[in-house]
Amino acid sequence: MSIPLVTLLGRMTLAFLEAIGAVTAFAFQAVRCALSPPWYSRQILRQMMEIGYYSLPVVGLTAIFTGMVLALQSYTGFARFSAESAIPNVVVVSLTRELGPVLAALMVAGRVGAAMAAEIGTMRVTEQIDALTTLSTNPYKYLVVPRLIAGIITMPILVLIADIIGVLGGFLVGVYKLDFNDVAYLRNTIDFLQFQDVFSGLVKAAVFGFLIALMGCYHGYTSKGGAQGVGAATTNAVVSASALILTFNYFITEAFFAR
Amino acid sequence: MSPKISLRGVAKSFGPKHVLRGIDLDVAKGESMVVIGGSGTGKSVLLKCILGLMRPEAGSIKVDDQETVGLADSGRSQVMRKFGMLFQGGALFDSLRVWENVAFGPIQSDGMKPAEAREVAIAKLGNVGLAPEIGELFPAELSGGMQKRVALARAIAREPEIIFFDEPTTGLDPIMADVINDLIVKCVSDLGATAVSITHDMASARKIGHRIAMLHEGKLIWQGPVADIDHSGDAHVDQFIHGRAEGPIQMQVRKL
Repeated sequence: MSIPLVTLLGRMTLAFLEAIGAVTAFAFQAVRCALSPPWYSRQILRQMMEIGYYSLPVVGLTAIFTGMVLALQSYTGFARFSAESAIPNVVVVSLTRELGPVLAALMVAGRVGAAMAAEIGTMRVTEQIDALTTLSTNPYKYLVVPRLIAGIITMPILVLIADIIGVLGGFLVGVYKLDFNDVAYLRNTIDFLQFQDVFSGLVKAAVFGFLIALMGCYHGYTSKGGAQGVGAATTNAVVSASALILTFNYFITEAFFAR
Repeated sequence: MSPKISLRGVAKSFGPKHVLRGIDLDVAKGESMVVIGGSGTGKSVLLKCILGLMRPEAGSIKVDDQETVGLADSGRSQVMRKFGMLFQGGALFDSLRVWENVAFGPIQSDGMKPAEAREVAIAKLGNVGLAPEIGELFPAELSGGMQKRVALARAIAREPEIIFFDEPTTGLDPIMADVINDLIVKCVSDLGATAVSITHDMASARKIGHRIAMLHEGKLIWQGPVADIDHSGDAHVDQFIHGRAEGPIQMQVRKL
């Protein structure tokens, strides 16, 4: 039996709105729990290590090659207009405003968001979350809040480091391949950079950190159906976090830079 | 004397499927009640409703005369302090060592210092026949029987007034199952706790229970002392305790 297109669209719209409502309710519940004790500091520190420290290699690698490619691509384009001197400026602004936060967040979503969904999802299907409740421990406070706090605190630090490494990548290509003067390159970079460029990137990073942790926790917490359900939760966590990162990136950019 | 746990008209559905259809049950203080029934008859749902892990659509659940249905977080946390639970699969936290699992409640919920809680955990592991060295292992390094013992140690670590056992012998060989049954009887007796167990293992039910109730199609169709179960006068109960395929309980299986 075929389903009319309008019915199908209606069902999809309702399912989409239902999902938004469920995520929003989950986020509100988590934020409400975050505002009152107990706060599990060891759990927060553990999650900060997971999100920040263990993501450093992959984020650093992404940042340095992004900076290098950016310098190289800018040169091939700007050389046509004899505007090569703008390369340090383009590299630093692109990295701090956009590429640093967005690429770092996408890498962390793939690495950490998936791991969060898998860990919490496994805890859900093996009744470990129910066990927490029977031990008088609120699962939101113990599992969700530490991840959200760690995401918000750690991502800006990670992005700041990614910005520095990315600029270093651009510097290396600029100086050793494109024959820029090293002092002039650094001076151009520093002189052109404004506080708002870095600050907007760090605000984005904090929002992205929240979104990655929220999606990882939500999909893990609501997973069901054994190994298949946990697998689906992991995929959904990465896909939804990536989509939200790109969506929120636009709105934050609009809030900071739209005229 | 009022019962420790009292259920009246408890009903729970999942969509069109009515799992519990008005359960009335009283469990006296210090009593060990075993709920038996086939797979999918709602035994685990009943336990989760009493624990507050699921909310029934109708009915009343009282613990020490306090209504627990619809309790807010803080009130629920107070009631939870009275409960210990042994989950069917153990539900041990696999990222924590065995002693940390047992000490979880005392540390996180009661604010006990880790060093002191570790001593408590080692003592509780001793109560279930496990050596202190086991405390340093992770749950994945243990056999199924040892995991059940650790889960039992965790359930009694806070010396609860009420302990729930969800299929405590499922997946164990008969000897280990009997060891677990003996430990359950000993732990419940030592603590003077009230126990509610769900199982379809009749050997276990006879050993750990004072009274048995049978759940069928969402209703308690019989309840009484363990000694009376062999002459219950109910055909459903007879079929179940003798494990016969023929009888009023029809399993929904597709014909080959």
